[in-house]
Amino acid sequence: MKIRTLLGAALLASSMLVAGAASAKSLVYCSEGSPENFTPSVNTTGTSFDAARPVYNRLVQFTPGTTQVEPGLAESWTVSEDGKTITFKLRPGVKFHSGVNGFTPTRDLNAEDVIWSFERQWKADHPYAKVSGGSYDYFNDMGMPDLLESVTKGDDDMTVVIKLTKPNAPIIANLAMDFAAIHSAEYAKYLMDKGTPEQFDQIPVGTGSFQFVAYQKDAVIRFKAFDGWAGKPKIDDLVYAITPDATARYAKLKANECQVMIAPNPADLPDMKQNADINVMEQAGLNIGYYALNAQKPPFDKPEVRKAIAMAIDRDAIIKEVYQGAGQKAKNPIPPTMWSYDESTVDIPYDPAKAKEMLKAAGVEGLKTDIWWMPVQRPYNPNAKRMAEMIQADLAKVGIEATLVSYEWGEYRKRMQAGEHQTGMLGWTGDNGDPDNFLAVLLGCNAEGKPNGNNIPKWCNAEFQEVVNKAAEISDQAERAKLYKRAQEIVAAEVPWVNIAHSTVFEPLRKSVTGYKVSPLGAHEFQNVDITE
Amino acid sequence: MPSDLTATAAPAPPGPLRAFWRAFRGNRGAVMGLVVVSLIFFVAIFASVLAPHDPLEQFRGFSKLPPFWVKGSDPRFLLGTDAVGRDMLSRLMYGARVSLFIGLAVMVVSMLAGVALGLAAAFFGGLVDVLIIRVMDLIMAIPSLVLAILIIAIIGPNLTNTIVAVTIVGLPRYVRLVRASALAELTKDYVTAAKVSGVRKFRLMTVTVLPNCLAPLIVQAALGLSDAILEAAGLGFLGLGAQPPTPEWGAMLADTRDLMISHPWVMAFPGLAILTTVLAINLMGDGLRDALDPRLRRS
Amino acid sequence: MFRFLLKRLALTIPTFIALMFITFVMIRLVPGDPIEVRKGERGISPERLAQLRHEMGLDQPVWKQFLDYANGLLHGDFGTSIISKAPVLHEFLTLFPATLELTLSAMIFAIVLGIPAGVIAASRRGGVYDQTLMGLALTGYSMPIFWWGLILILLMSNTLGLTPVSGRVDLIKFYYEPVTGFMLIDSLLSGQKGAFLDAVHHLILPMIVLGTVPLAVIARMTRSSMLEVLEEDYVRTARAKGLSWARVVGIHALRNALIPVVTVIGLQVGGLLAGAVLTETIFSWPGVGKWLIESINRRDYPALQGGIMLIAGIVIVVNLLVDMLYGLINPRIRHAK
Repeated sequence: MKIRTLLGAALLASSMLVAGAASAKSLVYCSEGSPENFTPSVNTTGTSFDAARPVYNRLVQFTPGTTQVEPGLAESWTVSEDGKTITFKLRPGVKFHSGVNGFTPTRDLNAEDVIWSFERQWKADHPYAKVSGGSYDYFNDMGMPDLLESVTKGDDDMTVVIKLTKPNAPIIANLAMDFAAIHSAEYAKYLMDKGTPEQFDQIPVGTGSFQFVAYQKDAVIRFKAFDGWAGKPKIDDLVYAITPDATARYAKLKANECQVMIAPNPADLPDMKQNADINVMEQAGLNIGYYALNAQKPPFDKPEVRKAIAMAIDRDAIIKEVYQGAGQKAKNPIPPTMWSYDESTVDIPYDPAKAKEMLKAAGVEGLKTDIWWMPVQRPYNPNAKRMAEMIQADLAKVGIEATLVSYEWGEYRKRMQAGEHQTGMLGWTGDNGDPDNFLAVLLGCNAEGKPNGNNIPKWCNAEFQEVVNKAAEISDQAERAKLYKRAQEIVAAEVPWVNIAHSTVFEPLRKSVTGYKVSPLGAHEFQNVDITE
Repeated sequence: MPSDLTATAAPAPPGPLRAFWRAFRGNRGAVMGLVVVSLIFFVAIFASVLAPHDPLEQFRGFSKLPPFWVKGSDPRFLLGTDAVGRDMLSRLMYGARVSLFIGLAVMVVSMLAGVALGLAAAFFGGLVDVLIIRVMDLIMAIPSLVLAILIIAIIGPNLTNTIVAVTIVGLPRYVRLVRASALAELTKDYVTAAKVSGVRKFRLMTVTVLPNCLAPLIVQAALGLSDAILEAAGLGFLGLGAQPPTPEWGAMLADTRDLMISHPWVMAFPGLAILTTVLAINLMGDGLRDALDPRLRRS
Repeated sequence: MFRFLLKRLALTIPTFIALMFITFVMIRLVPGDPIEVRKGERGISPERLAQLRHEMGLDQPVWKQFLDYANGLLHGDFGTSIISKAPVLHEFLTLFPATLELTLSAMIFAIVLGIPAGVIAASRRGGVYDQTLMGLALTGYSMPIFWWGLILILLMSNTLGLTPVSGRVDLIKFYYEPVTGFMLIDSLLSGQKGAFLDAVHHLILPMIVLGTVPLAVIARMTRSSMLEVLEEDYVRTARAKGLSWARVVGIHALRNALIPVVTVIGLQVGGLLAGAVLTETIFSWPGVGKWLIESINRRDYPALQGGIMLIAGIVIVVNLLVDMLYGLINPRIRHAK
C-alpha cells in the first residue's frame, strides 16, 4: 500500500501519516462521540477528555487503573507547614510534540508553560482567555479562583510555586484532573502570531505519549506514537473510531475493526463473555446512582418516611433489570473502592410490609408524589426511565401513587437543583477519588444552612456539615477518614436519599490487547497498551 | 352524510350507500383490511376484559421472557414479557387503545380544522386564501418529523401534545384538499343557482358545497388515520410521545432498543403491531377510495 | 415559461421571511437553555451563566436578536453553532453531502425498482404478479421505518454478518480527506483499492430503509397511472394496429404514464428528508437529520434555526423545480399557463 500525503494545511505539515502501513502496530478504540475540541479545560464531557488525553500530561497524574496520585510533569512536590504553599519541581528534558500544525518547539517544558496553562483559565485578561468561548467550567467548579492566591516561577525555570488562600487537602488530586493539563505556551504564541488562535483548541500540541495527526467530526481521530518523557508507547498508531451506537461498537469489536470499546449494552455482556476473542474487563466505578427525596417538601422532611420509602424499593430487582447485573447495591453515598468507605453501615432491607407500617405510623396515607427521571443514559444509571417505572410500581405497593416526570437534560438538572421535584433520580461520578468530592459536593450546605446546588435531596444537617468542613482542611488522611466515617453514619441514620447502586464499568477488548487498565474514573488511556498479532 | 340531502344537487343515483357497499365488498383486500381493523378496534375497546394481565403490573423475576413457541417461555405470558416483567400481550392490547385514540383524535381534529380553513380559503379568496395557503406551504416545507419534534420540544411530551403536533404537521393535506375540491365545485352550475336564489354564504359553504367534497375527504381521513398512527409511533420511538408507563407501541419499541440483540422478541412485537394496524387501515382506505370514486388517485 | 418561473420565485420570498420569523419565535419558545445543557451534573453558578449568556447575546430582547439574525442572513451569515463554535452554514455544508448521498441513492433505489414493478403490475392487472407486488408495496408504504431499520440490522448485520451496522466507510482501513463529501466519489478519488466497494457496502442498509416508502409510493403510482393510460384511445389504436405489447407499453404508454410519477417523486423529497432523520439516527449516519435532532437536544438555537431554514429552502426549491419539470414534460400545462 502506498504512502499518501493528505490534503489540508494541517495535514500537509504532519506528512508522516502512513495509510495502513503493514509494519505499524495500530490500535483502534471505538469511542462513543465526537469531542467538542481538544482542550480539556474548556470541556466538561468524558468524551472530550478521552479525546485529548493521549496528547497531554498534568503536573501529577492518576496511576492507571487507580485513583492514586503519582508524579507527572512534576518530579516531586513539597507542601509548606501551614498547608498554603505547594512547590513543584518540574521534570527536566520534557519535549513537546513537533511537526503538528507546522509548529516546531524550540525549548523543553518549563515553568512558563505551567503558569500559562493556569492563567488562561484564571485571568480574564489572558490573551487566550476568550478563545473558544472562554468557559473554564471545571476550573471554576473546583473552586480554583477562590482557592488560588498565585501561581509563580520559583527559584529557577523548573520550579513552580502555587500559593493557596487556605489549606485544602484535595488540591493535589484536583491537579491530576484533565482540566489541569499543561499546554505549550510557545505553541500558543506561535498561533497567536499567525492570527489563528482558535486552532489551539482544534489541533492540540502537548507532551503526552501520542501526538495528534488528524480528526474528522463524527468519524475518526488519529494519533501516532511520540517518544517523549514517559518513553515510546508500544503501539505506533492510535485511532479513535467514533461510533455512537453500542450495537455498532460491538459489531466492530467482533469483526476486529476495533480492539477496545467503550460502554457496552449491559444486555449484550453475556454474549460478549462467551466470545472466545473478547475479554470483558470490569472495575467498580467510582460513582453513585441515587434516588433523592426532597427534604424540604413534606412528608419527606421526616427521616422515618424517607427510611420507609427506601425500604419499599426493591433494589435487587433494579440491579438486575436496569443495571443487568452490572452494578453493586449501594449502602453508602460513596463507592466502596474509595478510602474512608464505612463497611459497618447496615443496609436498609427490602421490606414493603414494614414500610407500609412505618408510613402509617408517620401518618402518611394516600400520598401522591412525583418521580423525576433523567432523559439520558449516564454511567451511574444506564436506564433511568426503566428505573422510574420500577420504583413507581414499588411505591404503588405501599400505597403511594407516583407520576413520572422528565425534562430535557439541561432543564432537568436546573429544575432539580432549584428543588422543584419531590422525589427524583440523579447520580455522580467522582473526579479525583477524594471523599470530599462526593460528601461535601452532593450533600453539603452553605454557611447559612442553605443546600448547595448539587444537593438534590435539599437536606441540611449541622453536624454533617461541620464534620465535612473540618475534613477538607486537614491533610492527615487517617484523621480525615475518621471524620468521613462519622459523616456516613449520619447519612445512614437520616436517609436523605435512597442509595441505589454503584455501577460497574465494563470494557470489552480483544484478547490480543495487553496492558490495558480500566480506570475507575472513567478515563481511557493507551500509554502502556500493547497489541499482539 | 349522503349527498342527496341537498335539494339543489343534481339527482343522485338511488341508494348511494348500497352502491358504495357493493363496490367495497368486491375488493377482497379492502374487506380483509376492514376485518382486521374491526378486530383491532374490538381489542382496543375491550382491552380491559381481554387482556390476561394488568399492562402495568411488573412480574419481578419474569422479565424478558420469549413468546410461547420459543424455549424458555412461560404459559402465563403468551407473547412473553418486557424488560421489567410486564405481560407483552396485555401491553400490546392496551397499546392498540392508545394508538387508535391518537389516530382518531388527530383525524377528527384535522378534519374539522381542515374543512374550516379549506372552505374559508376557497370562499373568501384574496388575502385570507393567500395567508392560509402560505402557512400551509410553510408547514409542508419543514420535514414533518423535525417540525413535530420542535413542537413537542416547546409544549412538552405527552399524549395530548402528540396529538397536537401530529395534527399540525398533517393539516396542510386536508386544507389543500378541501380548498381544491371546493374551488372545483364553486364553478359548477348548482352553486351558481344557489347563489342566485339568495342562499347565505355560510349555508352555501356548509350545506351546498361541503357534502359534494366529502368523498375525497373521507378517503383522506382514512389515510390520515394510518399516517397519524405512524407519525405518533415515530415520536414515541424518539421518546417524545406518550410518557411511561403508558403502553404506547413506538415507546415500547424504543424502550427495548438495548435488548435488541439479546432479546429480539421484545422489540419485534410492538413493531409488528404498528405494521399490521397501519397496513389494515391502508387496505381499507384503498378500498374506500376505489368504491367512493375510482378516479381518485393517491400517491 | 420564463415569466411563470419568475413569478414562482418571487412568491417564495415572503415564504422565506415568514419561515425565518416563525422558526425564530418557535425556537425561542423551547424551554431550556443552551448553556445549561452543556453542563454536567455539577451545574453552573448564576454569575457565570449571566456572563455566558451575555457573550452569546442571549440577554438581548428577542426582537433585537431577531433583527441581528435577519441582518446576518442578508449577508449570508447563518450564525455560529453554540456547541461546536463553527459557522452554521459550514457545518451544514459538511454534513449535507452525507444526507444527499443517502437520499439520492434511496430515491434511485426506489425509482429503479418502483417503476418496473408498477409497469409489471399494470400489465398483469389482477394477476398473481399484480397482487403480490401491490401487496408488498402497500406493506412497504405502511412500514414504520425505525422498526424496519432495526429489524434489518438484526437480520443482515447481526445474524448474517452481511453488512456493517453504522458509518459511511471503514475509516480504519481506508483513510482519506473528504473532497466532495460524497463518500462514493471520494472513495474513487482516493485511489485506494476496495474503498468504493466498502462505501457501497455501508450505504446498502440505510438506502433500503429510507427507500422503502418511496419505492412503494412510486410502484403504486406507476401502476395506476399506467392503467389509466392503457385505457386511452391511442393505446388501443396502437394495439389494434398490431404493434407488439412491449412496444405499446414501453414507448407509448410509459412515456405518458410517467408524468404524474415525476410529480410524485418530487413530492417525496420532503418525506425523504423526514425519513432521513430517523434513518440517520438508527444508522449513526453523520448527516443533517441527525444533526438537527442533536441540535434540538442541545438547545443549539443557531444551528437549529439555520438547519431548518436551509432544509426548508431546499424543499421549496425542489418543489419549484418539479413544477417546472412537470410543465416541460406536460405540454398541456405549459400552454395553459
